[in-house]
Amino acid sequence: MTRAGGSSRSDVPEATTTPSDTGGPVSEPVAAAADGTSGVRRGGAWNRVQWTSWAQRYGAAAAFAALFAYNAANTPFFLTQQSLVFVLLRQAAPIAIVAVGMAIVIGTGGIDLSVGSVMAIAGQVGATLVLHDKPFLLAIVAALLVAALCGLFNGTLVARFGVQPIIATLILFIAGRGIAQLITGGELQPLANPDFQWIGLARPLGVPAQIYIAFVVALGAWLVMKLTVYGRHVLAVGGNETASRLAGVPAGRVKLLAYVVSATLAGLVGLIAVSANSASDANNVGVGMELDAIAAVAVAGTPLSGGKVNIWGAVVGALLLKLLQNTLISHGITKEVAQIIEGAVIVGALWLQRPEA
Amino acid sequence: MADGPSPLLSMRGITKRFLGSPALLDADFEVARGEVHALIGQNGAGKSTLIKVLTGVYTKDSGRIEFDGREVAFPSPHAAQLAGLSTIYQEVNLVPFRSVAENVFLNREPKRFGLIDWRRMNREAAAILHRLDIDIDVTRPLHDYAIATQQMTALARALSTEAKLVIMDEPTSALAEQEVQTLFRVIRRLKGDGVSVVFVSHRLDELYAVSDRVTIMRDGRTIEQRPMAEISRYELVSKMLGRELAEQLAHRRADEEGELAGQPPVLEAADLRRGRALDGVSLSIRPGEIVGLAGLLGSGRTETARALFGADPIDSGTIRIGGAPVHLKSPRTAVEHNIGLSSEDRKTEGIIPHLSVRENLTLALLPHLRRHGIVDRKRQTAVVDRFITAIGIKCSSPEQPIRELSGGNQQKVLLARWLCTDPRLLILDEPTRGIDVGAKRDIQALVRHLADDGLAVLLISSELEEIIANSDRVVTLRDGRSVAGLTGDQITEEALMQAMATGSAADDTGDDSGDDTGGDDAPKAEPA
Repeated sequence: MTRAGGSSRSDVPEATTTPSDTGGPVSEPVAAAADGTSGVRRGGAWNRVQWTSWAQRYGAAAAFAALFAYNAANTPFFLTQQSLVFVLLRQAAPIAIVAVGMAIVIGTGGIDLSVGSVMAIAGQVGATLVLHDKPFLLAIVAALLVAALCGLFNGTLVARFGVQPIIATLILFIAGRGIAQLITGGELQPLANPDFQWIGLARPLGVPAQIYIAFVVALGAWLVMKLTVYGRHVLAVGGNETASRLAGVPAGRVKLLAYVVSATLAGLVGLIAVSANSASDANNVGVGMELDAIAAVAVAGTPLSGGKVNIWGAVVGALLLKLLQNTLISHGITKEVAQIIEGAVIVGALWLQRPEA
Repeated sequence: MADGPSPLLSMRGITKRFLGSPALLDADFEVARGEVHALIGQNGAGKSTLIKVLTGVYTKDSGRIEFDGREVAFPSPHAAQLAGLSTIYQEVNLVPFRSVAENVFLNREPKRFGLIDWRRMNREAAAILHRLDIDIDVTRPLHDYAIATQQMTALARALSTEAKLVIMDEPTSALAEQEVQTLFRVIRRLKGDGVSVVFVSHRLDELYAVSDRVTIMRDGRTIEQRPMAEISRYELVSKMLGRELAEQLAHRRADEEGELAGQPPVLEAADLRRGRALDGVSLSIRPGEIVGLAGLLGSGRTETARALFGADPIDSGTIRIGGAPVHLKSPRTAVEHNIGLSSEDRKTEGIIPHLSVRENLTLALLPHLRRHGIVDRKRQTAVVDRFITAIGIKCSSPEQPIRELSGGNQQKVLLARWLCTDPRLLILDEPTRGIDVGAKRDIQALVRHLADDGLAVLLISSELEEIIANSDRVVTLRDGRSVAGLTGDQITEEALMQAMATGSAADDTGDDSGDDTGGDDAPKAEPA
């Protein structure tokens, strides 16, 4: 290790030297594998720092495994195809898809609160077109395009006008649901179009289509983040935007695209939701989705400050949250208490990834 | 030392260490009643620490502070304020959305029956501001007014606390020229009322305009305390920089000079202007040449670098690259023209802390490593391995996060970030600041080697030795203007300091000279 113990020579003394209690080389936590690098192997004892880094990387997966084992032992009918595939995976898939987009936005140092409303808008657009006897493919493409436009709106506010992401996406969070209701006049629209509803209802090989979709989305996002210049730029911009700009990284474009991706994925989930419900309901589609998705990302140990993206972590986070909810419900714990426990789990995850003293 | 009665403030033998390294070593500071006292020194000289020890932000390790005839050790800034010691920081620290009057009386609002007495507060605030020749509507929110007015409000706040000593830490850095004049008028009035003022600034013209005495600090010590009128600019600068012995490190390379002169410049900048930061900077850099950019803090060194890199827009002036005029609208454009900039602030403008050495090193090269939309990992690894070996970056593996490296090794990675893009021009802003001696020597040797291979380098440094030892030519900036060009044997400490202080070199034959100026532009707010 080559890190020097002290702060730089000529800088202001009140700067950032952290006292090293051992006097030995300061060992800093290894970054979570979020950036796709393999991390650094070190010798030495299994100290708190290493434990923290392990917890950040695998904590969500470990918690999922533990909860899974608990249910296997204690919950009747848990280890059945019905319970695992049709309840757990199917319910977690929409959250996972949105969480993938959210993970990228958070990786740039932003956040996207509008995903739930964008779901509603896209669902309404798709359903309305189908109900007006338009081809189902046109309906799907139009819905995704409208969602992408919403992302373009968010991204333009953030990247071009410098609006804080939480404010920029709050606009569509609020206005978006109004827009969705205007599309249909606020009425519930029953749907019966098997082609259009394929993504919500079909079960190729006995597995709901949305599970395949979630897997493909996550795999694609993981590859993009790991292999492409865009993926590396996301991490660079989130990690240090000023430095990235000075290295010629088109930071504005990188952020803009992240919001477009996030909104498009939200639109996709909006279509899944209206298809699965066989009805488009502008008032209820996607309500609370932004919080589920952010929680899924956070539970996986991804810092909300940006610079790290953990796609599979977000997927595991979505599974963990859903399993936790289902566990609490199946053991008769009331909704109020369940919400408190969910909150506690998120706090625990944030505690694990707190900055080192 | 003080003439006449006992001084208002006397600090003796002040030492303050941070984790063992001294920020103040046996420093002395003394302010007489009713005087304007300038406090100057380079970054890290200890000015800020001294002020913070005085005002109770830090506690001193040893030494004695007497204020108004009593020994004091303020436990907090608030206590210092109650004792009549007011500090105005360079960044106005007031509440922008509350009214001017509220800001003047923040935390000390006059009350009646437990409620704020608005009428009295507004009346008194207006009266205090009137004393400062400021007549404004005190009920409007502070942010409606210009920075100067906001600063006056901070000053009014200081006065309303019956301050005996007002400390101004670079108060003029955000002000326009005429606002500076207003501030000076106020300072003189304060002085007339018997209030003492400590004035921290990097701008010599301002110091000479208002100060009675000056204290010069360097490396945590007090170097000199003297009446302002008795010290020349040159003496002031040389004491501040601490280079009284002209130690000639330079190997001048006169033979190459002629050869270089024939080549067309890689980059030419003419009369760059931007706000008050740049006021006519002209320079040119030829292939294989290291041009040093010297100047005091706030003279526009970093601003020049940023303008040449497209990081800040310019108001006027032209930049030519390879003879053709270009418009650098962003760093990206500059990168496309094969220009690289290594920023002075490694931490906030250089490294991406979470990412690995590999990722950091290839950040600027990344678009060129793309094949079918995917980063060519093999080529990336090859580039990284080559540079790690070639310039001796010490890391456990290319995958080690860059924040775990020492400052010198981080700097080498950042240099490699540009070198691997095969640049034509490299702008190095303080490339060796805060790194150890070994790494410093490595980097300087590397830069010389690259220049010998034809790279054009603009080297910015606040260390005169570094400029002298490494530059083929030096352009000096003063108050945002290029004032003197020195080549070859003309590059001496004396000539440089002369140019930095007064704007004229002893023998000014360079092609980059400009005339002296009254000097009215803003030093960049650099932490001191």
